[in-house]
Amino acid sequence: MTTVPITLPKNYLNQDYTLWSWLTTIDHKRIAWLYLVSITFFFFLGGAAATVMRLELATAPGDVVESETYNRLFSLHGIAMVWFFLVPSIPATLGNFLLPLMIGARDMAFPRLNLLSWYLYAIAGVFALTMVIAGGVDTGWTFYTPYSSLFANGQVVLAVVGIIVAGFSSILTGLNFIVTVHKMRAPGLTWMRLPLFVWAQYATAIIMVLATPVLAITLLMIALERILGIGIFDPKMGGDPVLFQHLFWFYSHPAVYIMILPGMGVVSEIITCFARKHIFGYDGMAFALLAIALIGFLVWGHHMFVAGQSVYASVVFSLLSFIVAVPSGIKVFNWAATLYKGSVSFETPMLYALGFVGLFTIGGLTGVTVASTAVDVHVHDTYFVIAHFHYIMVGGMVMAYFGGLHFWWPKMTGRMYPDVWGRIAAITIFIGFNLTFFPQFILGYLGMPRRYHTYPDEFELLNALSSAGASILAAGYLLPLAYLLYSLRWGPMAGPNPWDARGLEWTTPSPPPEHNFDRIPIVTQKPYAYDVPKRDSDPA
Amino acid sequence: MTYQSAIPTRPDTLEQPASQFDSLAQQHQADTLGMWVFLASEILFFGGMFMAYTVYRTAFPAAFEAASGHLNLGLGGINTAILLTSSLTMTLADDAVVARNRRATAIWLALTALLGTIFLAIKGIEWREEFREQLAPLFGRPFVFPEPHTDQARLFFSFYFALTGLHALHLLIGVVLVLVMLIFTLRDAPHLDAKVIIAGLYWHLVDLIWVFVFPLLYLAARHG
Ligand SMILES: [Cu+2]
Repeated sequence: MTTVPITLPKNYLNQDYTLWSWLTTIDHKRIAWLYLVSITFFFFLGGAAATVMRLELATAPGDVVESETYNRLFSLHGIAMVWFFLVPSIPATLGNFLLPLMIGARDMAFPRLNLLSWYLYAIAGVFALTMVIAGGVDTGWTFYTPYSSLFANGQVVLAVVGIIVAGFSSILTGLNFIVTVHKMRAPGLTWMRLPLFVWAQYATAIIMVLATPVLAITLLMIALERILGIGIFDPKMGGDPVLFQHLFWFYSHPAVYIMILPGMGVVSEIITCFARKHIFGYDGMAFALLAIALIGFLVWGHHMFVAGQSVYASVVFSLLSFIVAVPSGIKVFNWAATLYKGSVSFETPMLYALGFVGLFTIGGLTGVTVASTAVDVHVHDTYFVIAHFHYIMVGGMVMAYFGGLHFWWPKMTGRMYPDVWGRIAAITIFIGFNLTFFPQFILGYLGMPRRYHTYPDEFELLNALSSAGASILAAGYLLPLAYLLYSLRWGPMAGPNPWDARGLEWTTPSPPPEHNFDRIPIVTQKPYAYDVPKRDSDPA
Repeated sequence: MTYQSAIPTRPDTLEQPASQFDSLAQQHQADTLGMWVFLASEILFFGGMFMAYTVYRTAFPAAFEAASGHLNLGLGGINTAILLTSSLTMTLADDAVVARNRRATAIWLALTALLGTIFLAIKGIEWREEFREQLAPLFGRPFVFPEPHTDQARLFFSFYFALTGLHALHLLIGVVLVLVMLIFTLRDAPHLDAKVIIAGLYWHLVDLIWVFVFPLLYLAARHG
């Protein structure tokens, strides 16, 4: 048998191989890769911090690290995971890569601005790493005053400047998404024909543009307090530390939706493809995304039920938090209804998507639990809250991120990964995740507070289970790193549409050519036309 | 085969849009929308500090009014007039560029940049005055203010310097932007009207922010 050398047609990857061509690219697909590599670094950095924390918590006494080191570890874990992994995760990688492809455009509206976003992210990353090397911060990712102002004993200025810069990076990404969706859609692609992934990126972009500046100004006030010595949150001058919490959560609650809406978009694409069905209730799904984004701006006070907030304000915030659960519920029911009577198959992306639906439901329902004023008094700042938001952010967003990465990997690289290993990793992550975080619900309910490096002996069994789960979870995350890298070289060719999926991104070769489409497509139907029989004239 | 119209086209309609766009009109619309989205983001940026200021203004009315009385209302008022006039000259530059009057565009842009610079100079004089009167609680410098309002006045002046400083930074960026537009005009750059109008949007927003900064800070003592 002889091997015939195949020359691939020109695509966005084999245009040019130099490092310089990557660092100066304005191609949205290459910028997605720049982000993918950088956020992977921060994912494993934040993961390393979590590993040491779980190692410390495996036994009751504080025997691995000192309390001060532990404070710096959980701060690093939170900062790296929130701003340097989760916020950019799906939007900046899959979103950047897919948005123009899905709407039939040649690129983003502002390709140079897109590259600038990545450079801002990289500069922010340098600040964050300098902060770590210089000793880190012990404030937690929330930077509550006066820990971050009067009594700061870490590199608060480096950390907040890094986060402000990262914030501007995500504002510019959001701006680019909004303009691209408004102005760059292919002929015939009306708003109600947009894939839900695009709707999700759009809703996320609105939050990025309108919430992030408030975080920037808030952290700037902290930085000014540290650098110039002005006292905006200093009680000595009449400043109010709770005001900081209001401003911080005005961003950071909507930011939770930056960290979940894109995942909902990914899951809608995957579930329709592997159930071979049109999405159930398309209009409701699209409006639910917008409703979550908008109502999400009005619920921040549920983080301050025990911070001296007026009880009337708390009741209103509690009710609004219940209301935001309604569109989330609509989404879960519609995914379930999409699966109903579908021809469901369980490839790797689908395992992640199904994992998302289950774990997000648990995370969402416990969210309603902690948003109830009386229950929150009991579980506030305990492991119950930790478990709740990890079910959303890790069980939800990270699952969706991995699902999306596996779903579009053949499009991004032109190669398939070994599906068996993919399924093994997905199941490992699911088991490891639940073993890590489910015991924490019980621990929190029993009263174990967050952010301590020691605990009473009676919590040891559940903590040991959690740490054991964390080691399974870590193994699960390392597996894709190995086989996805392997597939880059040795994976079989995927072809333009390996999943027989609908959507414009599957009508172009894998990997796509530099300007995405040889001819700009014309759209004539709704998305997810899985139940419409294909005609011979249809592309791909 | 390409179709050539018999009607002479204006030279700029022969210009090509950037490669991701189908037409110049699409590009212009995208650029304008992009600037509006950015301005929305900027409003939330300043909004955060306005909100914090307002909370304290309501909590310590007497102290904030006393502190506000120490600001130089005369210079602040002159500056407000200057900035509002600069918005007028910017609008006239918009008009001139749409009418393809390059000379008038250049003059109005130069005037806008000049007014912005004068504003910054006057602001600098005010700051120097406040530093001299030991009203600047910055860099550990002494802060002198009569009792019983010393501490809350310090809070007021923290906001004063943060807000006016941030606004001055934005205005400085605006002056640079307008000067860049001036260079474009002198060089007769392509899509000049789109560029000038978008720069104008930013300029007007920076003015608008001052329209809120001025009454919040300077008029707190004089609300009657
Ligand atoms: Cu919240």
